[in-house]
Amino acid sequence: MRTARFLPLILLVAALVFGVARAIDNSYVFFAGYVVLQYIVLAIAWNILGGYTGYVNFGTPAFLAIGAYASVALYKIVPLPIPLLMLIGGVLSGIVGLGTGYLTLRLRGAFFSIATLALSVVVQTLVTNWDFVGGSRGAYIIRPMAAPLIGGGYIDYLCLLMLLLVVLSVVIARAIEHSKLGYGFATIRDDEAAAEASGVPTLRLKLMATTLSGALMGMAGAPLPYYVTYLDPASGFSLTYAVNAIAMPLIGGTASWIGPILGAVILGTVQQLVTVTISSAANLLIVGLILVGFVIVAPNGIVGLVRGWRR
Amino acid sequence: MSDTALLQVRGLGKRFGGFVALEAIDLVVLPGERVGLIGPNGSGKSTLVNCLCGTLRHELGTVRFEGRDLAGLKAHERTRLGLARSFQLPRPFGSLTVAENVLVPILYAVQARGHHTAETDARCAELLGMVGLADKSRKLPRDLTQIEMRKLELARAMASEPRLLIADEAMAGLSHGEVDDILALLIRMNEGGVTVIMIEHIMRAVLHFSQRLVVLVAGRKIADGNPQEVVRNPEVERAYLGE
Repeated sequence: MRTARFLPLILLVAALVFGVARAIDNSYVFFAGYVVLQYIVLAIAWNILGGYTGYVNFGTPAFLAIGAYASVALYKIVPLPIPLLMLIGGVLSGIVGLGTGYLTLRLRGAFFSIATLALSVVVQTLVTNWDFVGGSRGAYIIRPMAAPLIGGGYIDYLCLLMLLLVVLSVVIARAIEHSKLGYGFATIRDDEAAAEASGVPTLRLKLMATTLSGALMGMAGAPLPYYVTYLDPASGFSLTYAVNAIAMPLIGGTASWIGPILGAVILGTVQQLVTVTISSAANLLIVGLILVGFVIVAPNGIVGLVRGWRR
Repeated sequence: MSDTALLQVRGLGKRFGGFVALEAIDLVVLPGERVGLIGPNGSGKSTLVNCLCGTLRHELGTVRFEGRDLAGLKAHERTRLGLARSFQLPRPFGSLTVAENVLVPILYAVQARGHHTAETDARCAELLGMVGLADKSRKLPRDLTQIEMRKLELARAMASEPRLLIADEAMAGLSHGEVDDILALLIRMNEGGVTVIMIEHIMRAVLHFSQRLVVLVAGRKIADGNPQEVVRNPEVERAYLGE
């Protein structure tokens, strides 16, 4: 199916999801839904670099927080509409992604991952010492009560924007998979020397992946301050983001765009349920247990499991 | 002579730290030639291939391909110019099908802005047919046998439509009959207009294939000429058989 025909379909699905959520008319649905949608974007973004090219990125919190703190900084100067903030966050995180890629992509395997982990620590240290955005005290954002354009709660509006970002991410990821770029990414994952020998400009493709992946994460982070209304470095740079962004594609399956969505929906929903029913601290424990289970039962995730059955 | 050369290597030198891997290598390959490159293990054959193809950077000397200096060009840029290689141990793209393995160089090396079309599919089928893998196109490389893997490696190298193909030990570890298979394939490619440098340990194959034989020993070129004469060269005998 071409992207031109896929786009209306996924927009329809998104409209349905939003319509059902509105019909339920319970603000918790949007409150929890936002987090799940945010994780879908993060998982897809992570998968563009980690799943398609095979470079495992532990720096998700850095890219997310750059988007989030760009919003905080702009809130203090001149408050802008959220879609514009998402665009700005995306551009900034994309630039950081490009720079990080240029500095670290000569590293392979675990060394690349360690470098991205270091990036997260460096950015967190910078933000913690940046008084303008609240430093270690954190920053408060006062959001409007009602949503613009669509009415209802403001969280509804944030949820809708995140849903649109999900649509954008899915369309991008899917288009990559079915394109020359997708084949190029796959050759990098499989064997970089052989990829070069086949005419694939590996460095340029890897930079495209880090930029795109970083930009989507930044876009996902931009509305975060408006969602939480109080953002401090400890929560903005939480390791939870890094762990979830890796665990979700692995559980869903990294080979296809649908994998990260499945992983994020399942894991994200379970986490939200556990948070309200058992304890918010049990979150990561659940991730760990599910991940261990999947590594044993379905090392290629749900997508791999289904493909195995079909054979 | 240098104007008509396809590949011209002059004074090429490569060191790894204090170890001199290649020293002052001169080599000229003419269009359409079949050149054999032999040498004992560790003599620098693969290092030479890696320097020619841009996988390694050499400190000294120049490499010219069709008259153009290759200095500073990355491996993928050299492939696009028409300098292809196959790897000593097959290195297929494990997650792609056999057909997709061949599609990648078509998309990236032949058509700079290529798209996956019926035309490229036909070209894949043609290449796989040439090496006898037509019926395996939807398989994954891990389902192939060792010789099929070598054939895929050659098909992938040929997919970039090279002027010069460097086949790095395409036959190592194959049986007698399989060696003949690959040999026939390489000769057919050569007859199709591709210049071939073959790196090989199997003397029977090298002597059958090569119009000219180059011998590397300890990073130096010690012989270059008619294969029958080269193998009788006392220096070459000494390198292979000892004093």
